[in-house]
Amino acid sequence: MKRIVFFLTFTFLFFSVNAQKFMTRNGYIGFYSHTAMEDIKGDNNQVASVLDISTGEIVFQVLIKSFHFEKALMEEHFNENYMESEKFPKSTFKGKITNLSAVDFSKNGKYDVVVEGDLNIHDVTNKVTAKGSLEVITGGINANSKFNIVPEDYKITIPGVVRDNIAKNLEVTVAMKYTPVENK
Amino acid sequence: MKLIKTDMRRNFSILVLIISIGLNPGIVFGQDDLLDILNEKATPEINYTTAAFKSTRVMNGHSVEKMPPGQLDVRISHRFGKINSGFYEYFGLDQSNVHFGLEYGIFNWLMIGVGRGTYEKTYDGFAKFTVFRQSTGARVMPVSVSWLSSMAVNSLKWTDTTRTNYFSSRLSYVHQLIVARKISPSFSVQLAPTFIHRNLVPTELDPNDLYAVGAGVRMKLSKRISLNAEYYYMINPKDIMSQKIYNPLSIGFDIETGGHVFQLIFTNSVAMIEKGFIGETTGSWLKGDIHFGFNISRVFTLKK
Repeated sequence: MKRIVFFLTFTFLFFSVNAQKFMTRNGYIGFYSHTAMEDIKGDNNQVASVLDISTGEIVFQVLIKSFHFEKALMEEHFNENYMESEKFPKSTFKGKITNLSAVDFSKNGKYDVVVEGDLNIHDVTNKVTAKGSLEVITGGINANSKFNIVPEDYKITIPGVVRDNIAKNLEVTVAMKYTPVENK
Repeated sequence: MKLIKTDMRRNFSILVLIISIGLNPGIVFGQDDLLDILNEKATPEINYTTAAFKSTRVMNGHSVEKMPPGQLDVRISHRFGKINSGFYEYFGLDQSNVHFGLEYGIFNWLMIGVGRGTYEKTYDGFAKFTVFRQSTGARVMPVSVSWLSSMAVNSLKWTDTTRTNYFSSRLSYVHQLIVARKISPSFSVQLAPTFIHRNLVPTELDPNDLYAVGAGVRMKLSKRISLNAEYYYMINPKDIMSQKIYNPLSIGFDIETGGHVFQLIFTNSVAMIEKGFIGETTGSWLKGDIHFGFNISRVFTLKK
């Protein structure tokens, strides 16, 4: 009996050390719109994300109201007029690293990856592919990516009067610092 | 005794086993969907409701909203003459009452403003405070509450120079509690119990203290246009005053274009400060004493 208990305990402890899932709750996602009229930048430092290194699955969850802007009015317009954040409070991404074999999670280093998946913004889902990098470090994984999205693809309409102030193509920056999923 | 000890030891090792199972993420997170992990572990946050009204004014009167810190609101408001004044006065457009305002957000919970209006050549100043903010999530608050205190100085020449005139006779004060709820993204309401004190009144028939309750609604017609209405009910009996006073009713639209908010207004009052439109409105909607007007609000970011 004792031996069995010891064996099982050891097995479970061993598995829990080898974390398969990495998570963050304060990742960064920002977007940048540049036009001759105005530069608009929205920053969100409360992005939640999970990365499963055994399957390459990666998910992001973004609260729209957590995007902050340099001008309070931009933030109000972003929430009220464009994202309708009371109706659609969250944006999500569910995807997969397509070249998982290129990453050696047992060795520290930076690896280029391609992520493919479904991006849901403003209740509209589109397939997206983005290039990025995974950096395996001691005690965690850093992920970075830059890609472009077009607001019109997500039924975010920009009226004529401000069309010159908002870019057709927004640059999105993703920066995550993952740590192994903590045992609770 | 020995038997009990062995039992305890066994129990202890089973306890260690259970804990180590519990510690194992592979077992805790048996879900197929990684998003479930995020939602399961999420700590609830306070989700504040924002923008119940587009502007710091419903129409004539204050809304529950404040300027965010570091934002300067430059306001120019106009009320034309009465629409029923006929073609000669071009339906009121020949006359004009203006109010200029400079308003600024200091903290999240405090905004201040100063203004100057044509009506009785009045200078005014106010402070508006947050008491509660409507929220859901970790803290549920059904309404937003603001407190407004303002003071106005009438700068007209004294009508009677034979008597001793005190500066304090020019002053009037307004205190208002504004309770608002954004019921849906497109529909907001507010109630505003109001107290007005006027240091000097025209005759003995006119009370120094006025009590009123204001009601305001905002209904969005599109993302950038809303229909607003505002009514103040004066509690003091109005029939015995030296002048026939009416309750002010204003109906109009908010039109938002980027950094500007235009408010187009039809109202039976000329004044654009509480002391004037609540206690001194002499026009009646039923008689056609309707003034067309507008407020223009332009916001500048002074501090980022």
